[in-house]
Amino acid sequence: MANWVLKGLRTRIKTSAYRSAAEAVSGLSPGQPRGVALPAHDAAALVERCPTRAIDSCEGGVAIDQRRCVDCFRCHADVEEPAVPWGDGYEWAAYADDVAAMRRKLGHAFGRSLHIRFLDAGACGACMSEARQLINPYYNMHNLGFFMTPTPRNADVLMVAGPVSDAMRLPLRITYEAMPTPKRVVAIGACAASGGVFGPSFAAGGGVAEIIPVDVVVPGCPPPPLAILHGLMVVVGRKPPSELISRPSNGEMSPE
Amino acid sequence: MTLSAIADTEPTDFAGLCESRWKGRVTAKLDAAACHVACEPPDLPAICEWLSEEMGYVFATLVVEEESKPGWLLTYVFYKDAATPWVYVELRLDARVTTVPSISGLANGPAADWHEREAEDLFGLSFAGHPRLGEFVLHEDWPEGVVPMRHSFDARRMLDIPEAPNPAWDPPTIFSAPGSFAMPVGPVYSDFGEAAHFLLETVGEDVVRTIQRFFYKYRGVEKISEGRPIDRVLLLAERFSGIAAFAHGLAFCQAVETICDVEVPPRGRALRTVFAELERLRHHVATIAGICNSTALVVATAQAALIEEDLIRLSCQVARHRYFFGAVVPGGVTCDLVEEHRQHLLTAVDEIAQRCEELHRMLRYSSSFLDRLEEVGIVSPDAAAAYGLVGPIARACGATRDMRKIRPYAAYATVDFMVPIEQEGDGYARLRIFFAEIEQSAAILHQILRALPAGEIRAPDIVARPGTALAAVEAPSGAAFHWVRLRDDGMIARYRITSPSFTNWHGFHIATENFAFQDFPIILASFGLSNAECDR
Repeated sequence: MANWVLKGLRTRIKTSAYRSAAEAVSGLSPGQPRGVALPAHDAAALVERCPTRAIDSCEGGVAIDQRRCVDCFRCHADVEEPAVPWGDGYEWAAYADDVAAMRRKLGHAFGRSLHIRFLDAGACGACMSEARQLINPYYNMHNLGFFMTPTPRNADVLMVAGPVSDAMRLPLRITYEAMPTPKRVVAIGACAASGGVFGPSFAAGGGVAEIIPVDVVVPGCPPPPLAILHGLMVVVGRKPPSELISRPSNGEMSPE
Repeated sequence: MTLSAIADTEPTDFAGLCESRWKGRVTAKLDAAACHVACEPPDLPAICEWLSEEMGYVFATLVVEEESKPGWLLTYVFYKDAATPWVYVELRLDARVTTVPSISGLANGPAADWHEREAEDLFGLSFAGHPRLGEFVLHEDWPEGVVPMRHSFDARRMLDIPEAPNPAWDPPTIFSAPGSFAMPVGPVYSDFGEAAHFLLETVGEDVVRTIQRFFYKYRGVEKISEGRPIDRVLLLAERFSGIAAFAHGLAFCQAVETICDVEVPPRGRALRTVFAELERLRHHVATIAGICNSTALVVATAQAALIEEDLIRLSCQVARHRYFFGAVVPGGVTCDLVEEHRQHLLTAVDEIAQRCEELHRMLRYSSSFLDRLEEVGIVSPDAAAAYGLVGPIARACGATRDMRKIRPYAAYATVDFMVPIEQEGDGYARLRIFFAEIEQSAAILHQILRALPAGEIRAPDIVARPGTALAAVEAPSGAAFHWVRLRDDGMIARYRITSPSFTNWHGFHIATENFAFQDFPIILASFGLSNAECDR
């Protein structure tokens, strides 16, 4: 009989320091494009090059709508000038809109114990894989008080990935309605935030907010596990939210 | 002609053999891609049966195309091994034709069953003799008579589809005895399960059979690709199945390269092999973690999950992205491997192979774990052949088909590796296959990384030209076939993806007949398939 207990003990604690300290192991996150100050014709070239309209020209340069970015790297790597700078880091979650910001955090009672229901609304599998990493020893969301729950009746947070395919609209609405209040919805990934590369079309929508109210958006394609964890911390008010639009000024200020 | 003469001439003159067997009823032409066999509808079933029964061919995919000058072109793709040409049985039909003979009720088995059901749903073509058509990709809330894959349907059009009045799906069940019932599983799961619906039909303790419904995640990828440029469709090819993004992106790029006659530089080919094998490693380790999790073996799950995350981080270090998004382009790859990363990868792959080996050893000595896997979810070799199953699932029951050997792409022709095979076809055989493939992937990576060719990583910008090509790639869960047709202006005219999950989910019900309730998650996990990959 294999000695699993011994094996487990020998492996020691692997959990990330990300709670209080920053985590800086390489390979944690693919990073994010940042807004940058550029001449108008360069800005126009970048807007033209972005396949998902994540880049938009703004006063003095380009701004990035992180909800639309699908990590194609066509504005950054392996390209001729102009290119946008790329920031690393992972604290990307933000309130979906001003209304969600008003609702803000769930009360203190949820700060140490939050139950999450996950719903796949047509995700490609990468978001799901990243969300699944949250329960592996590296990220270990349980020790932050976050748990998956097998029923929406016990859920405080509905975590949704995918652009919401036609057949998942009804299951999504039923699941949301089955949850007791107060409840919060976290949309993870570019598809859930904006429809990504799929929607809106005849078969998929333009994100979760078309069906149910969304509170926190975690951009990324897919968002790395720590970004999702940051999203959950934002829900309970243990971390401040980030911004969904990266503009030239704040883009340059946060090299991380 | 004697039998031995037939055997001798077979590889070189398959077209002649075909024409002499079907005198006057087919025209066969051999080109670089395949042997094109054009036939008339009444002969189709017999020709397909001849191919699979007598010639040992396997059905790969059915590609339905609505031609620009009104008419249909149906291509039934068959393959066998590295020595024989692929066969495209082609059926050209008048636009007014609405019914085609079905080939899925034949002695050769139902391999084309799902392909025909999909074509019926999406193109409105009917297949005469098919036992069960209707409601497959499009569920019951879809308006009757609206066929999205026809050119006349606008993909941007938002249909006003009412939400299904009855969310409880209620297909006919075989039992009506008192006490019998159908236990629903999905489409929303208690953990991170992908959307799909299973009905476990039972009369008490044991499940008699499983009825499955997929396509909850249908995003119309093939439809929204049409009329778009290559670089936009590449985004879809990579992202419709995120956990096999590189494999599918690669398949799409290979099809485009074949059409546009692009030669990928040796270093680009080698790096494609490196990324594809890293993806396979990660997929298999994740599947193993899933199997351990389904049997509630917590420490083993944690160990596998640690290896999985290490592999994801490794991908991010060498290719920028944790799932290889944006790594492959027509003509090559976008990220080079610097010397420092090459060294790092060599040691990291060795270390991961060792950890997997230790995990395998410990699992082999965990009798409570093996009890849950052995003789559970058995797929027989006959069933696997009849359904044309692919990948690790087929290899766990005696079929060694592997696209890396049958039609070597990237740098697979230059490496020496083995395709593992098991005979039992149960959950444990599949687990052993996953571990054995991890070993082989590590060996492939070793060979490639030790002799990485120098030079360019991608060909100069490619010029799109009209044409058609089929690319076959061994994705982590099996053979993926990508059929691409480019228009005169270089836009996509037709993109047909046949994914290993589509092929293998079709055979899933074989493994889920007459089993105990508690084995269902284990069988599910041991298949290691993706619904996103199936549904597209």
